[in-house]
Amino acid sequence: MRQHDVIVIGGGLAGMRAAQQAQAMGADVAMISKIFPTRSHSAAAQGGINAAVGVGDSWEDHAYDTVKGSDYLGDQDAIEVLCEEGPADIIALERMGVIFNRNGEGQIDMRAFGGATNVRTCYVADQTGQVILHVMWEQLLKSGLTVYSERFVTELLQEDGRISGCVALEIPTGRIEIFQTRAIVLATGGIGQVYYPTTNGLAVTGDGLALAYRAGASLMDMEMIQHHPTTLKANGVLITEGARGEGAYLLNSVGERFMENYAPNMKELASRDVVSRAETMEVRAGRAVDGDCVLLDLRHLGRDLVMTKLTQIFELARDYAGTNVLEEPLPIRPGHHYIMGGIKTDVDGRTWDPSGQGRWKGAEGLFAAGETANVSVHGGNRLGGNSLLDTVVFGRRSGAGAVEYARSVGWASVNENAAINGLESRIKDIFSRPSDGLRAATLRRQMGTAMNDGIAVFRNEEGMQKTLATIRAIKERLPEVSVHNKGRLFNTDLLSVLELDYMLDVAESVGMGAVTRKESRGAHAREDFPDRNDEDWLKHIVVARSEDGQAEVGFLPVTMTKWEPIARTY
Amino acid sequence: MSTKLDVYRFDPETDQDPSRKQYEVDLPEYGTVLEGLLEVRDAQDGTLSMRCSCRSAICGSCSMKINGQSRLACKTLISQIEHEGETITVDPMGNMPVIKDLVVDMDSFWDKMKTVGPYLKPEGPEPERENLVSNDSMMRLAVAMNCIMCGACVSDCTVLEVDKSFLGPAALAKAFRFAADPRDGHTEERLKSYVEPSGIWDCTRCNMCVQACPKDVEPMERIMDMRVMAIESGLTDSRGARHVEGFSNSVKHSGLLDEFALARKTFGFPKWGFELAPFGIRRLLRRRLPPIIHKGISTAKRVTRIFERLGV
Repeated sequence: MRQHDVIVIGGGLAGMRAAQQAQAMGADVAMISKIFPTRSHSAAAQGGINAAVGVGDSWEDHAYDTVKGSDYLGDQDAIEVLCEEGPADIIALERMGVIFNRNGEGQIDMRAFGGATNVRTCYVADQTGQVILHVMWEQLLKSGLTVYSERFVTELLQEDGRISGCVALEIPTGRIEIFQTRAIVLATGGIGQVYYPTTNGLAVTGDGLALAYRAGASLMDMEMIQHHPTTLKANGVLITEGARGEGAYLLNSVGERFMENYAPNMKELASRDVVSRAETMEVRAGRAVDGDCVLLDLRHLGRDLVMTKLTQIFELARDYAGTNVLEEPLPIRPGHHYIMGGIKTDVDGRTWDPSGQGRWKGAEGLFAAGETANVSVHGGNRLGGNSLLDTVVFGRRSGAGAVEYARSVGWASVNENAAINGLESRIKDIFSRPSDGLRAATLRRQMGTAMNDGIAVFRNEEGMQKTLATIRAIKERLPEVSVHNKGRLFNTDLLSVLELDYMLDVAESVGMGAVTRKESRGAHAREDFPDRNDEDWLKHIVVARSEDGQAEVGFLPVTMTKWEPIARTY
Repeated sequence: MSTKLDVYRFDPETDQDPSRKQYEVDLPEYGTVLEGLLEVRDAQDGTLSMRCSCRSAICGSCSMKINGQSRLACKTLISQIEHEGETITVDPMGNMPVIKDLVVDMDSFWDKMKTVGPYLKPEGPEPERENLVSNDSMMRLAVAMNCIMCGACVSDCTVLEVDKSFLGPAALAKAFRFAADPRDGHTEERLKSYVEPSGIWDCTRCNMCVQACPKDVEPMERIMDMRVMAIESGLTDSRGARHVEGFSNSVKHSGLLDEFALARKTFGFPKWGFELAPFGIRRLLRRRLPPIIHKGISTAKRVTRIFERLGV
């Protein structure tokens, strides 16, 4: 059995930042990651990272934009922390080696982004996430952090409700490893593969959310799913908002810049939920291209700009759509991209209520950060460029929180044999099924398609209930799923079955949140309840496990500091 | 579109030797090799193992040999390689041991990365805010920062095939990223370590890494950049640097390469005599020994003037 004071699960930006902070505070910390850390999906963040570091900008303005972007569902105390502390984190990243694009004075340059009243998105061409992720990895090499790579965590261990460790499957060898710890930071990213199609990578299966849920934590605002306005039809791959930030237009089939009708001031740079809805309405009005797409036009930006600041976009469009964006507009459509919801935490990453009043259900000793968590800074809709900031600010804070907590408690005990046997018998059960049974990939595709049919840009009761019913029906069939591969080494077939199990918990919680919220707010746009209803629904929806193991819905108030809800227009 | 895949298979726990298996998949327009392999793994044969995640050439997981060349499976469109043959062959990366099927052990890759000190080492007092540096100086690094550490260049490196100790194109491209960073305080020290054996002078400029790199990092060019940096900073006492200097001097003054002088210069006296004697004798027997007395060309002065005008 391995022992560490703090264990971070997840090797993306939030996880690395948490581990870095915990290590800097002198704790014995280790990181466990399903894939090699630089393979994490943080690398796919293209456009940039927001913070009020520029002259004439203020963190209060950033906070207000974020509150408004969230459709007032974000907790304002958390948003203040994000925006006030953000600039120092950006400076810290620069000093670690991030090669931000510069202005004429040699300072960090910024580009315009959606939903922002000021130009405040710091960037590295259109590969911001990749560069920051790699620089953070460099820092972990420098500090000599212990990393357990290609380990899939299958269970969080607890003693009397307190986190005591976790169980992991070493993917290359098939060995089971048990870890004992005082505190765990979950930073496993989003839930992308629960949807089909999605911009997210194949490794993004929401395991962390399901692990936390099963350990007693609350999942909050799960219905708040972001569909990015510009994704490729062929494979759902992301085309950065930076394209519109640099001035690209959205056109319908008759060549009209339709955003002028939906958001007269911000046009293409309105919030993502607004733009995705506008695109869908254009398609429904019969002004679509390629069936369900509209056009992203970069032609007027010129070769120089595209080839220096949007190089990746040029390549993705060329490779996956056969389009030369310098010469013709690119067909795009809204696609699943991000979950604003996640594991309910406070601003220090704690999943449990530290006041002891039990205002929400949590797991003591369990922390969460990044897309896995819901602090909540994004509320009903996340602004582009705020997710990277979320990972570095709350990654750092949860790392610090975990160390402080770990120092205040002793070791909780772990029954190593029971833990090993638990996973072994689970695997044995899967292996015992006939090899020609149901494939996990088949159910995964059914789930993803159902989610995208019923809980996407526009929603209604009937569609959501149908999706929820489909998810529950798929859950029933889980015991039929079998594998071809019964070997030990790098058994991704087995992994796909284990992942599906977690993904279905996540999908169900998204569905439960969605059918509960009877209003339209942020990304949750209901055709049957088209208006925002602050009187009844200015509150968080939480899904947690009841005593008898069933998913149960509850509510939490939204924290307001200085911004009263007003009508949201762009 | 129906596509045939011929895939390397090996499970060291059950197989004596590697084997190959053929699959046929149906892919849409813009279908990639990765989508083909996923179709195999998901529906036809779940025993196939490979690494993959982002599907958009940014995570660096799915590098493998496709029709003999190392490429990212997610970035390789079937339509791009159709002309290479009816059946697409898929193999694990080279220069790294196989764990299972298309999954290789990249430990040596990461270990070499670590030896180049792959992190910024600033010196002096911290600036109050961000470091003030020009956009050009950062974008020069962006070329190397494009590297997603997929391993394709290392897989196709011809030097690594014969010399396992070579740092290799990926680690050296990473080295460049720090050696050329104006915010780093250890440039000289870095260059000193990179000119050691197994470093920048061991690249044979075969260009395979440039062809293999899916992100246009052009690792060999980054190695050449560092050779220039090393010579410019006075690190001329390595075989590679002496070779470059001897080559250039000979041509500058005689318009022609003096091979004997170059060997003396590169290897140093009297070492060159011992080290190169067997090679010299072989060439003598094949009557391919260069003239012992070097004679320049008649218009050598014009060559010298070209050198002088170029300031070298």
